[in-house]
Amino acid sequence: MRIVHYVNQFFAGVGGEEAAGHPPEVREGAVGPGRALIAQLGPDFEIVATVLCGDDYAASAPGATEELLALVREAAPDLLVAGPAFTSGRYGLACARLAAACSRAGIPAVVAMHPDNPGLDEAAPAPVIESGKIGREMRASIERLAGAIKTLARGEELREQDGRVGRVPRHNRLADRAAAPRAVELLLARLSGDRERTEVPLPSFGTITPSAPIEDPAQARIALLTESALVPMGNPDRLESARATRWLRYSLEGMDELEQGVYQSVHGGFSTVAANADPHRLLPLDVARELEREGRIGTLHGEYLVTAGNGTQVATARAFGVEWAAELRQAGVQAAILTAT
Amino acid sequence: MLLCNLVSIAIRVGAPRIVPTRGIPFPTGDPELGPEEERRLRRRLLDRALEALGTAVEGPTVFEAAEAS
Repeated sequence: MRIVHYVNQFFAGVGGEEAAGHPPEVREGAVGPGRALIAQLGPDFEIVATVLCGDDYAASAPGATEELLALVREAAPDLLVAGPAFTSGRYGLACARLAAACSRAGIPAVVAMHPDNPGLDEAAPAPVIESGKIGREMRASIERLAGAIKTLARGEELREQDGRVGRVPRHNRLADRAAAPRAVELLLARLSGDRERTEVPLPSFGTITPSAPIEDPAQARIALLTESALVPMGNPDRLESARATRWLRYSLEGMDELEQGVYQSVHGGFSTVAANADPHRLLPLDVARELEREGRIGTLHGEYLVTAGNGTQVATARAFGVEWAAELRQAGVQAAILTAT
Repeated sequence: MLLCNLVSIAIRVGAPRIVPTRGIPFPTGDPELGPEEERRLRRRLLDRALEALGTAVEGPTVFEAAEAS
């Protein structure tokens, strides 16, 4: 079986954060974790090429997934393997998006990442195999991934017992008992203190590790962000008013305030009358500029990022967060003020 | 850091630094106030936001802005 393996700049040995902007590249044969993987897989498998890319580039450059897909195609593999990405957000998103694109293009694909990874829900239709949380768990993660690849090579579907996590395609099957007795049983379990048992697991918000405080706002570059769907009048880029699939950026260069009648909110989840009368009620540019003039904010970032936070899927919102963080970090922003409606 | 009115949701999803605001449709304002007073409110919210950004937190933490003086 011919495999193409996708890894980020770190696991390819190109570098750490300083190399996160590294563009897509192909190397012949296995690199880094691919070597351990191939050792587990044995002689019937070959990693013909390793595709690698920096995390920032892969998660935020427009068209990155298409570029990576083209590189995978050139190597004409039987399978694309991405990761393990552990809990690394940008890496996980890149793996998931590439695997999903490969699947849709007719190239079978599998991803390895931890279930808390924000990329989890973007891999479908490609399956995701659970990995550890951090790189130190590489060995066990590679073993499980190798097992899953062998299962795929036999033409079998991956299941929970193979370590499959995330969205699994639904199949109809006949339950052994009708819904009513199952529901009563769950209710009794809950009344007796079992808070975990369910037939319908809810999405998890995961855990957020707070970032360290900034030392001095007066020295920092600070960005304004909002989920209030504040866009230029007429919504030229067609931001959705609900269930947004996109986010946008608009320049604040040379502007001291948001003129009335030039901006509007297209958010579909609240009355936008007050906001449209004065957009500073959504994006505090006037006061932020005042703080910048007084030297309390070092520099205000030259654009604001915006989406519509209304019925947005958790996975989508999480992906926006990873993309915003990558974008802001590349732009040298140290802190962000996000207004939410 | 997050400026929002739905503080309980912000805490539940794990937002580390939260400054509560007065209403869902106007996180950095209050149309009930006169223009100057509203701008002073916005200033107090952002002053508190900057303090929040400079403060170490372990988990979701609420930073109430100062009342009007």
